[in-house]
Amino acid sequence: MTAGPGAGDAMFDNEDMAANLAPEVDVPTAGVVDVAAIDPALVDPEAVAEAVAPQREIETAEGQALLKTEGLTVRFGGLVALDDVSFEIRRGEILGLIGPNGAGKTTCFNAITGVYKPSAGRVMFDGEPLAKTKRNEITRLGIARTFQNIRLFGEMTALENVVVGTDARHRTSVPGAIFRTRRHRREERDAVARGMALLEFVGIAPRAVEKAKNLSYGDQRRLEIARALATEPKLLCLDEPAAGFNPSEKSALMDLIRKIRDDGFTVLLIEHDMRLVMGVTDRIVVLEFGKKIADDLPAAIRENPAVIAAYLGVPDDAIA
Amino acid sequence: MSTENPAAAQPDPTELLRGPQPDKHGVGDAIRSWWNGLARPMQWLFGVPVIALIAILPVWRPPILDTPGTDFGGVMAQFAMYALIAIGLNVVVGQAGLLDLGYVGFYAVGAYTVALLTSPNSPWNKMTESGFFSEDWAWLSCLPIAVAITAFTGLILGTPTLRLRGDYLAIVTLGFGEIVRLLADNLTDVTNGGQGLSQIAYPHLGETEDKPYGVFSAGNTGGNLNSGVWWFWVGMVMVIIALLLVGNLERSRVGRAWVAIREDEDAAEIMGVPTFKFKLWAFTIGASIGGLSGALYAGQVQFINPTGFNVINSMLFLCAVVIGGQGNKLGVIVGAFIIVYLPNRAMSIEIGGQSLGDYKYLFFGLALVVLMIFRPQGLFPARQKLLAYGRQIYQAVRRPSDAPGTGPAPSGATTEVGG
Repeated sequence: MTAGPGAGDAMFDNEDMAANLAPEVDVPTAGVVDVAAIDPALVDPEAVAEAVAPQREIETAEGQALLKTEGLTVRFGGLVALDDVSFEIRRGEILGLIGPNGAGKTTCFNAITGVYKPSAGRVMFDGEPLAKTKRNEITRLGIARTFQNIRLFGEMTALENVVVGTDARHRTSVPGAIFRTRRHRREERDAVARGMALLEFVGIAPRAVEKAKNLSYGDQRRLEIARALATEPKLLCLDEPAAGFNPSEKSALMDLIRKIRDDGFTVLLIEHDMRLVMGVTDRIVVLEFGKKIADDLPAAIRENPAVIAAYLGVPDDAIA
Repeated sequence: MSTENPAAAQPDPTELLRGPQPDKHGVGDAIRSWWNGLARPMQWLFGVPVIALIAILPVWRPPILDTPGTDFGGVMAQFAMYALIAIGLNVVVGQAGLLDLGYVGFYAVGAYTVALLTSPNSPWNKMTESGFFSEDWAWLSCLPIAVAITAFTGLILGTPTLRLRGDYLAIVTLGFGEIVRLLADNLTDVTNGGQGLSQIAYPHLGETEDKPYGVFSAGNTGGNLNSGVWWFWVGMVMVIIALLLVGNLERSRVGRAWVAIREDEDAAEIMGVPTFKFKLWAFTIGASIGGLSGALYAGQVQFINPTGFNVINSMLFLCAVVIGGQGNKLGVIVGAFIIVYLPNRAMSIEIGGQSLGDYKYLFFGLALVVLMIFRPQGLFPARQKLLAYGRQIYQAVRRPSDAPGTGPAPSGATTEVGG
């Protein structure tokens, strides 16, 4: 909405990007932030990783189910967008959710993050059902997401965008802000420090004071990830984060996703690009026409006949 | 659009592909960057004299600024009230992006609260011989009551309606503004209907031989130091307090939530912003500032009736916010000044047997249309600071030494297009 033309537009697909046909964004820059001048500790990747995920030591139950969908069904009128889908996301893994166009990936995503209410079935997160929880409360419970079409707050700077994410954990309301209580001041200080660490983590800290709408497309995608991480999620859901990326940007993104997982986050990844999905995920769930057709390790998915049929179609002679 | 400019004559096909447009830079930005570059003591050194200068304007009455058709002190008092309104409405419209077309309703509630509690025409007159509701103190005691009641009104109106968005919210608030005026007009037993409420309380300060009712009395009309000037000073104090409080809110979780809601409400909610709660807060805070302004108005004119709260006033208030620059709390004060000052300044000029000041709706309508074409962000576009401790970040900004616009190219874009 505020991302301007280009973000997620069909006009800007991978080929355009690769051919350098991306538009020159002729915007006076707000200047480059000297990261080391703000906090010398931000030069050290270890310290940055520590600041990004302060609660990672607590995440010990690796391999346990973090999120579980049980018979998840979403209907829009007569259309069944998601039909009895059950799978689980385990702590500390990167789960890929793939499928051809219109398979229901984003619908599944929206049902998990509370944008759609499931028509049947339920989503269990951390052992609790998510059924009646409001969207902002789901974020507080620990599910954060990015958007397929970038939806940053365009008039805010990159840092302010991230700080909105950190605010999900803050308690200050109007009285606290008016009287500048001690908690408010502490939260504000933490938010700026953590926000800068997050921007450094995704690699755009020098652009911290730039308005989000003036960032380049790739930086906007990174900023979305930083903003989602700022909410201190247990589960990070990435909706086609590599859309519109050229191969080198894609491999940088793969590194970033791995780095996020290594920092103690669980990641759910929707992606079209097979190479990226196969390269980065631990396990893959495949959807087709709203149904789950496979749930396996990447190597096994690659050999799975149902998946191959879904992506490439079935030769005529095989149908008989 | 413009045919004089040869470059604009031929449409540039790459124009559509440009993506984000550069922000326009103007006087406001120049002042802002100069101001931000100053150290705190220097800001005080410049700020205090400027405020003092504004304060003595109506006493000094420089001939270029004076309003020949009407009393300049009274105009400045009205300006202070409109400035308060603009600050309050700016919270609702400029920051949270909730289009409120019935803001005059809150102004009316504030004014009527003071009037109903202190006017002899009112059945709810609470005036007593001594104590908080004595003649001397009644107006001041009514002030917090008026603010609380308007805040409550905002809460009552907001709770059901803030589930609506955009145009629907605008229509409902428009209705609210009318409802308040119609109630004031028709509840004759309480509000005295169209005849209004008179002899409203005001601070009885500075009672002397030649000013038997004090400096704040509407009867204090003589000279450069008349009641209008005194009310302007009271209004200025309130404007400064409101600015400080609203500024504190802006640079906090609350202000960020408002801007996030304005930018993309769904995304904000998914990022953990309790959108309904903060929209309600914006509405309530906006309402209470509007009520404060209404209470000031009631005290100054010491007589109110429903015609002062026509819905067209809501449009004027909104006009002040839009002209000044939505989201810029200092800009909207300039907007309020324009809205109040220009019609009064033109009062003495007559065209076709009518004072030019009476054409104000025509001119402000035209001004809005022109503004929307050439500068939709208002005269002083917002450049909000949303972080309480953002200063240290901005101090670490290193600008490229060459001209702006030639900064580091965004990644993935090296080809020069356009030009």
